[in-house]
Amino acid sequence: MESSSKPLRRVVLGQPVPADLDDEPLPTEPMTINMGPSHPATHGTVRIVLLVDGEFVQDADVQVGFLHRCFEKESEHATYTQVFPYTDRLNYVSPMLNNVGYALAVEKLLGIDQQIPERAQYIRVIVGEMSRITDHLTCNGASAMELGAFTPFLYLMKAREWLYELLEEVSGARLTHSYVRIGGVAADLTAGFADKLRAILLKLREAVRDADALLTKNKIFRLRMDDVGTIDGKTAIAWGWTGPCLRSTGVAYDVRKDHPYLTYDRFDFEVPVGSRGDNFDRYAVRMEEIQQSAKILEQALDQIPAGPILLDDPQIVLPPKREVYNTIEGMINHFKLIIDGIRVPPGEIYSYTEGGNGELGFYIVSDGTGRPYKCRVRPPCFTIVQTLPVLIKGRQIADIVPTFGMLNMIGGECDR
Amino acid sequence: MLALERLKERFGPAVLHTASAHGNEMATVERARSKEILAFLRDDAETAFDFLSDLTAVDYVAYPPAGREPRFEVVYQLYSTSKQHRLRVKVGVPEDHAEVASVTELWPGAGWLEREVWDLYGIKFAGHPDLRRILMYDEFVGHPLRKDYPKEKRQPLVRRST
Repeated sequence: MESSSKPLRRVVLGQPVPADLDDEPLPTEPMTINMGPSHPATHGTVRIVLLVDGEFVQDADVQVGFLHRCFEKESEHATYTQVFPYTDRLNYVSPMLNNVGYALAVEKLLGIDQQIPERAQYIRVIVGEMSRITDHLTCNGASAMELGAFTPFLYLMKAREWLYELLEEVSGARLTHSYVRIGGVAADLTAGFADKLRAILLKLREAVRDADALLTKNKIFRLRMDDVGTIDGKTAIAWGWTGPCLRSTGVAYDVRKDHPYLTYDRFDFEVPVGSRGDNFDRYAVRMEEIQQSAKILEQALDQIPAGPILLDDPQIVLPPKREVYNTIEGMINHFKLIIDGIRVPPGEIYSYTEGGNGELGFYIVSDGTGRPYKCRVRPPCFTIVQTLPVLIKGRQIADIVPTFGMLNMIGGECDR
Repeated sequence: MLALERLKERFGPAVLHTASAHGNEMATVERARSKEILAFLRDDAETAFDFLSDLTAVDYVAYPPAGREPRFEVVYQLYSTSKQHRLRVKVGVPEDHAEVASVTELWPGAGWLEREVWDLYGIKFAGHPDLRRILMYDEFVGHPLRKDYPKEKRQPLVRRST
């Protein structure tokens, strides 16, 4: 890029100044700069090596893997139940959705997916949608903060904390819930759960409305989000996009609608889509999905039946502690399930659900033992993050921050 | 299922094996023609698999009772956003010539997925524009998801100053 201002005069003492110096263009060359792995304006550990010409990005190399924890290798050595804590740490702002996605895959392989008690299915929907809300709140809140909007960030984080507290009440952990089990869920909803959740949803809608008003009518926010990071639907599909990012381009692919699982076919909800596929559309789709998830939650609370929360099958579900301590059969059953794991018949399955970032797939190969022969997770944000260079080429360095933020890279999920 | 029939009708003997289980359809195809077959599946109006949902590999060397030949399988999970159907395509890859054709020309999104399979399984993708490690660091030796790579093995990253 040529500088518009006049070049500096080079004056060497004792020598006459060349007359044509003013006409020489300022010599420029592309520069390689490093963004990350720990950069204050990118949430998540990622390194972006940029080739820049002045303020403009010519090329970028996104390097991930800093949070690689050998999810697959560890899972191959764990029993099917022991994989749950690892799935918590995939997308760690929506752990319940990962729990549910993994459990459904194993249950399909076991052939028990149609027998899961109805109450357990509703509980999975409820905790899953709560997790989806926390996911979107985090993404939009953190991205707004990176653009300087600190107040909406606090509003949204406060709302997220209400949900985390309720999830902690149900599961015992704020983030690493490990709440879902093969065959159902670990514990029933606590007393007064429905009333508490309804009260939270009321407050949540207000907080989201306030934060949204502070952002969508904010000129700085809009200038940095509108028409930045634009992509069309066809290209997005070719790059493997799913979830809110794909829907921002106008493609209404949502696993919950297109291939309903659990009880999603019983709820009335919309799939919001964008039209321009820019950063603002991704923000707006997430904001609207929070409202739709709240709508699903209210319907689920109305519909949830009473009944068991775990399948009644000693081959799959641990016996009650009373039996383990007092009967020899219960003790042996407990021992076998803990040491050998749930025996899953040989076969393979690709099961997919709608995670916080899009299609969360589990490809499990079983060899008939209690441990998965292969346990692959299809991380939705992995394929999305690799598109970042396409979105930022030719744009300014400052555009990287909102674009990267709206792709919602979650290190735990991307790097596994 | 329609896509499987269409595939068998078009490629006949190059489709080595087909199966259907747990609501998943799958086809094992000949390695030499994998890219051609995947291109057909993407472009054919009946199959229209425009979306490569996932790409991974499995190491069958330790699969009971005595392992399987060929050792590796590269697995493509395809989805059609217009027809809303799915297909799993598998390609057997032997250990001594661990290489398949890259599909980055068909789906640019395969870029990182193929890099990951190269990194963790050591299967090369011919025609990939930038086949580097992705999750492990460049100095890493070996391919950790191979069944003969011990889980306990440690390779601390030590950078020597030059």
